[in-house]
This record gives sequence, structure tokens and C-alpha cells, in this order.
Amino acid sequence: MLSKRIIPCLDVKEGRVVKGIQFVDIRDAGDPVELAKVYDEQGADELVFLDISASHEGKKTMIDVVRSVASELAIPFTVGGGIRTLEDIKETLRNGADKVSLNSSAVQRPELITEGADYFGSQCIVVAIDARYDEPSDNWVVYTHGGRTPTEWSLTDWAQEAVKRGAGEILLTSMNKDGEKTGFDLPMLEAVQSVVSVPVIASGGAGSSEHFYDVFTKVDADAALAASIFHYKETSVGNVKRYLKDKGVPIR
Amino acid sequence: MIGVIDYGMGNLFSVSKALERLNIEYKIGDRPDQLHGCDGYILPGVGAFPDAMKALAEHQFIGFIHQKVEEGVPLYGICLGMQLLFESSEEGGWTDGLGIFPGTIRRFSGIDENGRAYKVPHMGWNQMNIRRPEKELLTDVENEYVYFVHSYAAVTEDEDILYATADYHSDVPAIVGRDHVVASQFHPEKSGRAGMQLLENFCRMMCRQ
Repeated sequence: MLSKRIIPCLDVKEGRVVKGIQFVDIRDAGDPVELAKVYDEQGADELVFLDISASHEGKKTMIDVVRSVASELAIPFTVGGGIRTLEDIKETLRNGADKVSLNSSAVQRPELITEGADYFGSQCIVVAIDARYDEPSDNWVVYTHGGRTPTEWSLTDWAQEAVKRGAGEILLTSMNKDGEKTGFDLPMLEAVQSVVSVPVIASGGAGSSEHFYDVFTKVDADAALAASIFHYKETSVGNVKRYLKDKGVPIR
Repeated sequence: MIGVIDYGMGNLFSVSKALERLNIEYKIGDRPDQLHGCDGYILPGVGAFPDAMKALAEHQFIGFIHQKVEEGVPLYGICLGMQLLFESSEEGGWTDGLGIFPGTIRRFSGIDENGRAYKVPHMGWNQMNIRRPEKELLTDVENEYVYFVHSYAAVTEDEDILYATADYHSDVPAIVGRDHVVASQFHPEKSGRAGMQLLENFCRMMCRQ
């Protein structure tokens, strides 16, 4: 039986790991390759690196980070942030990433999803979606540019469009829950799970082992991603996995 | 010395780095003349089956692979590289493969035996059921979790070649082999300890020959 995946996420800026709360208030959290090794030892099933560098130098540094991670670790990892063209996808995958995550660029030009999937296969293409609940419309709205720009897309429409175009996986971040540590956004995940047939990674809101249990048993997410609770050692990947295993969740 | 067959469709960086971590000498070649005389070969692969067969032909590797297999040189196929070793695949219309193993490559139906939908691709860590523990390739490998990412899987009636399977709504061939030709559906270089052990065991097989 397929195990549920626990995925630490590392936001990388100019070659260093940082983590914000609700996309602002950024603090330094360490060296990406060192942190990646620690998470591998703790039993992380996969890693996600999101490059939030503003500068061209920062982007180049990110390729070095990708190469170092691929050289030293034998687990899969995804790289996202600033990937705008098929050339960017090629460069990232050829330097050792297993998947790329597309966010704003995919909303701006959905053909990018198709181009990447046709060239490398759907399994390499993760579409990351940041969404926020909108009360007047009682729906979730997709945002781009690190959560700064609302789009015309409703969450479920965009998720379906992304999969139709070749996304092999959806990484869904709830902006309402991000950094709050009050649990994953179960209604949002449920809404996406019910309309797509590819794996869904839950993101935003992890604060305790119970939250992972809920997301795997109440909405059957395939994987769950977290950053700050692991970076600041509030718990470890190993602790979360032991807790889940004891409760009968399929865990590696 | 391992020869890594480069026909333009593999994640060669990760495989190379895994071999370096194991202190195994390797070279990468995109033409047969660059790879003659190696003690064993790795056939990697990511992408679509028809494109891969076309690329193998363009790089003149089809005759080369058959020749090395006939000579008894060890070969390890990874992921799509494993699928290419079967007779044919239904991906993108039926395409002939290398035909070294009996069987075909079929897409996961996405519907289980009770009529319920399941997700395709088969993506994530799944536990192996080892069927041929006596095989040298499986030395010190237990029923561990390994990392799968694929939408097509091998279907074969030859139970003897199934070294290990994984359960994903059917018995999915995870490691197959016959004599000196072995292959895994998953990427050993992305499958933690068990994967690295498989690569090490393959090299041991190779050195013994």
C-alpha cells in the first residue's frame, strides 16, 4: 500500500532557508543542504524547495543548491519559484531535481504546464496553488505572486484546468491557514480532492502531529507539507511519522 | 566500470551521483563506441516509451544492448529503462520494445476490481513484496519502501522474472530479472537505503562476472 508522505518545505532566498508567517515576516532558518540532510535522516519522504530570491544571482545560487541536494540525498525533491519557461524547467530537472513546481507562471501562461508535461512527463510537473477563502462568493480564489495578486480563477476550476493540461500533482496551500499552526484547511482540500484525480499535497497550517492525522484520515490527502514546525524544531519528521504509524496510518 | 547509456532521456545527474557516493567508477556515453568494454550497463529512462525507443535507435543503442545481453554482460534498467526491456508498450499506440523480458507495458486502468476510481500515476513510497529473496541482487534488501512514479506498468505471465512486486490495486512488478539482466520500476537512486543497496548489489554481480 502506498504510504502517506511527509514533506518538509524549504523556502530559499539567496541560497538560505527562510520562513515567513502568512507570506511576510521572514526569519533566517539555515543552510538548505544541511537542513535537507537532517530531514532525510529524520525520514522525510520528499523535499520541496521554493526559491523566493529576488535577484538573478539568487536564481543562479539556487541551481547550485539543486545540484548539491541531488548529489547528497537519495530521496526525491521538487523545486519551485521563478520557473517561467520550458528552458527553466529543463535546467532545473537536468541539475537533479525530480519535479518542478509551477505557480504564477502557470496561471499567466497555462501552456507552460502542457509543454513541461509533454517534454518530461506529467510526473515531473507539480502545479502549486495558493488560494484564499472569499466570503462574499463562498468560494476559494487563486492568488499568484506569493499571495499578493488575486486572479479570476476559482480554486476548483483552476485545479481541474491544471490537471487537464498535464499537472501530475497539485500542491495546495491555504493562505488562510499558512503559518497559523491551527491545522490544515480540510474543506479546501476536500473541494480539490473531489474534482481532480492526481495526488494532492496539503500545505498550510501544520502545527502538531494530530493535524497530519486529520489531513490523512479526514480528507485522504496523499501528502502533507510543513515548514516552520520542522525548522524551529517544535517537532521532528520522525516524531510525526511515529505518531501516525501508531495510529495505523500507512507510513514508510 | 559501469557504462551509463545516454540516449537523451534519463536523469543522469542523480544516477551518476549515486554511483559516486558508492565509489563505483562509471562513464556516460551517447554512442556505442564510447561504451564498449564496460563490465556492466545502466539503462536509465524518464519520459514516453515511443520517444525512448526512437531515441535508442537514433543513438544506435538497440543492436548494442542486444549484443551485450547476448554476451552475458550485466544490465540494469531503471524506470522507463525497465519498461523498454519488455516486448511492447501501449503508450502512445503500440510500440515494440527490446523484447528481452516477456510481457507488455500497460497503463494503470484507474478503476479497481470493485469499480472504484484510484489515482494515476502511482506516485510515492510503496512497500515491496520480495518474491525471490535468494537472488544476489536482493542481498540485504528487505520488504522496504521504495519510491515509485509511473502511469504504466509491466504485465507478464512469466512469474519467474518477478523478483519483487508492490501492491497498487494489482501486483505491480517492482524488480524484475533473469540471469544477468535486472531492472526496477522505481528509481534506486531516489529510494533511500534500499535503492542504494540494490545499486551496490548490481555492482557486486558485475564485478564477479
